[in-house]
Amino acid sequence: MRVAVAVFPGSNCEHDVVRALGTLGAEPELVWHRETDLEGFNGVVLPGGFAHGDALRTGAIAALSPIMEPVRRMAESGKPVLGICNGFQILCEAGMLPGALIANRDLAFICRFVEVEVVDTGTVLTAAAEPGQMLRIPLNSYEGNWVDPARTGRVVVRYADDPNGSQDRAAAVANEAGNVVGIMPHPERASDPLLGSDDGLVLLEGFVRSLRASVPA
Amino acid sequence: MKVRVTIDRRSEIADPEGHTVMRALHDLGFEDVQEVRMNRVIDLEIAGDDPGEVRRRVVEMCEKLLANPVLEDFEVEILG
Repeated sequence: MRVAVAVFPGSNCEHDVVRALGTLGAEPELVWHRETDLEGFNGVVLPGGFAHGDALRTGAIAALSPIMEPVRRMAESGKPVLGICNGFQILCEAGMLPGALIANRDLAFICRFVEVEVVDTGTVLTAAAEPGQMLRIPLNSYEGNWVDPARTGRVVVRYADDPNGSQDRAAAVANEAGNVVGIMPHPERASDPLLGSDDGLVLLEGFVRSLRASVPA
Repeated sequence: MKVRVTIDRRSEIADPEGHTVMRALHDLGFEDVQEVRMNRVIDLEIAGDDPGEVRRRVVEMCEKLLANPVLEDFEVEILG
């Protein structure tokens, strides 16, 4: 099944995502952010990076890219939509996920493995995980501090400790339907023992399973 | 017309950068500083001479891009 991996000016994790999803049997394809048509894709991933150099606010400019229109239509029709790191920020800026991401509490760029706990298995990202499952995945962000003043977010993965001040220790958040998920740590960077951990695979497997169950756009 | 947009993060939302600047001010002996907010000013030059219409356009810009409604409030000031 085909999955689009969006590429914005400044994306830098798209090849990692393609490789990881490819090894799990999906057919990932890089799609430039000016594309307006995602017909034939079962789902979409917005990868990490620094789209548009984080100008104005992280994800703010990318949220207005042409590709976000078909991404929004896919989200509304229940197809799997995953944002990783900068992709999570873009989904919040686009209003497709609740809340926003601000600078880490201690103003540190955090680049290390963190322990996270899967607390909700009813989403496209966590469909293959066990409730309470602990995973060791790299976090690599400065604006990873999720705030949700309206408290409408659905926290699906939680940090075991509190690395960045994120509300409810949220590491991943979903929309109400569970088909749009943003995660701050990088499961694709924990997709092979050679990378120090393959704990991210269970999340990506859940996403691939959700892609398989999705009818192409 | 010259237009100034002031964007403030709402007071109930943390401002880690402002907090760090406040601690640095305390270290300098300015212990009377109780809060620092790193708000933002954006100056625009807009073609047009109808202040009402220019204001309406800039408010629309704030709603669509310049401010994040989850976190921020904005004010639009026509400078002339």
